[in-house]
Amino acid sequence: MSATAAVEAALGRIGKAEPALGAFTDVTGERARAKAATVDASGVAGPLAGVPFAVKNLFDVEGLATRAGSKINRELAPARRDAALIRRLEAAGAVLVGALNMGEYAYDFTGENVHDGPSRNPHDATRMSGGSSGGSGAAVGAGLVPLALASDTNGSIRVPSALCGTFGLKPTFGRLSRAGTFPFVHSLDHLGPLANSVGLLAAAYDAMQGPDSDDPYATERPAEPASPRLEDGFADLRIATLGGYFANGGDADCFEAVARVAEFLGAERVVELPEAARARAAAYVITASEGAALHLDRLRTRAEDFDPAVRDRMIAGATIPAAFVARAHRFRRWFAEAAAKLFEEVDVLLAPATPCRAPKLGQTTLMLNGETVPLRPNVGVFTQPISFIGLPVVCAPIFLDSGLPLGVQIIAAPWKEAAALRVARALEKAGVAFVRDMGAAS
Amino acid sequence: MNLLSDETLEAHLDAATAALGLSVAPDWRPSVLAHLKATLQAGRLVADFPLDDELDPASVFRP
Repeated sequence: MSATAAVEAALGRIGKAEPALGAFTDVTGERARAKAATVDASGVAGPLAGVPFAVKNLFDVEGLATRAGSKINRELAPARRDAALIRRLEAAGAVLVGALNMGEYAYDFTGENVHDGPSRNPHDATRMSGGSSGGSGAAVGAGLVPLALASDTNGSIRVPSALCGTFGLKPTFGRLSRAGTFPFVHSLDHLGPLANSVGLLAAAYDAMQGPDSDDPYATERPAEPASPRLEDGFADLRIATLGGYFANGGDADCFEAVARVAEFLGAERVVELPEAARARAAAYVITASEGAALHLDRLRTRAEDFDPAVRDRMIAGATIPAAFVARAHRFRRWFAEAAAKLFEEVDVLLAPATPCRAPKLGQTTLMLNGETVPLRPNVGVFTQPISFIGLPVVCAPIFLDSGLPLGVQIIAAPWKEAAALRVARALEKAGVAFVRDMGAAS
Repeated sequence: MNLLSDETLEAHLDAATAALGLSVAPDWRPSVLAHLKATLQAGRLVADFPLDDELDPASVFRP
């Protein structure tokens, strides 16, 4: 199919699904058609040639204000240049078709947005898409685009990926350039792709790798492409399920999804990542404090213009004693060393992505360990300890029945994205993990 | 002394928001206090864990 035909088809699907789905906040049709024509004329080949994609609206898109899910930021001047990862994908022939809904300033696990309305779950429009990259999950899960970009500070790629039933990759911290994106927590922010297949996920990841002097956190390691070994299987990998913290608190079917994956992989071993609850607490503290510090001036002068659910958390976060934050950064080192020790014995770890299937829109509480807790901060209970130390994770979509999907985290040692992607590909090939066809093309 | 008593939380919020120049409208206050309590609980959980003095923070700046 030509790039032009692929882009026209995507624009047609978006036109049909929106605004009801709430995934897109901007459709860049004119730009996409022009780019597609260029791709067709250039004869660019490869797995990304002519692939339509969209980005969470915290990525700079030339000519659009980078709203980051907020009311305040849409008053900013339009971006003068695309974010680094958009430029890299388009250099490989992919075509940007729009920007996607998200929770305000990425402080969210629901996919709800008080200013733009919620991005809805493609499998049940009365349910959450997950956040904060809700539009990214909804757009790929609904089949509007095969590929989307998103950010993940505490789980914001993996949660919507799980709730919307897509593949998602949160790479190692520092692997992909964050240049040209609106931040949330500089110490913890990652960017990555969501896709409808592991092959596309890996192709996008490979095209986006490489150092970038515009992002001081970006690694100087050379690119380590995952695609060439994607079909190598998992026979040489030592795979275990995370027990303890990661085997408690959620609904039974979250653990059933992990068990199904472990059974297929022949992973009988259960291991512990020590002090995971404390790691989650440390990520929580750093997020609250750093996120609030970023927005301090806006909280002083424009507090009424925030989503109240975000504002109240940020005001509280601004007041956290610095001693707790400094301690959390030192604990991060301890926890990373504990994980490194575990990775001497195993190559890949399995854990649930969320403690439940997609909650109802508007739901504010969740049952965790038999206790009713606020939903918004707690959907990421299983993702947060992992991103805290920047481990690479592929979230694989698992459909236990005809109902809503669940996600399983396939976690590897730092810089070993390729191992997690190989496992995900094996699961996809065997039909254990897959993206459900939502019939958007018809 | 209960470090997370309602009185302590109220006093902390008032002092810190004054120092930071932040205002908290009366109808936001209960929600802000609930988040403050949850975040301070998390902070205490982290602070209670013994760490070697030599352990560096994980945030590294390389000029």
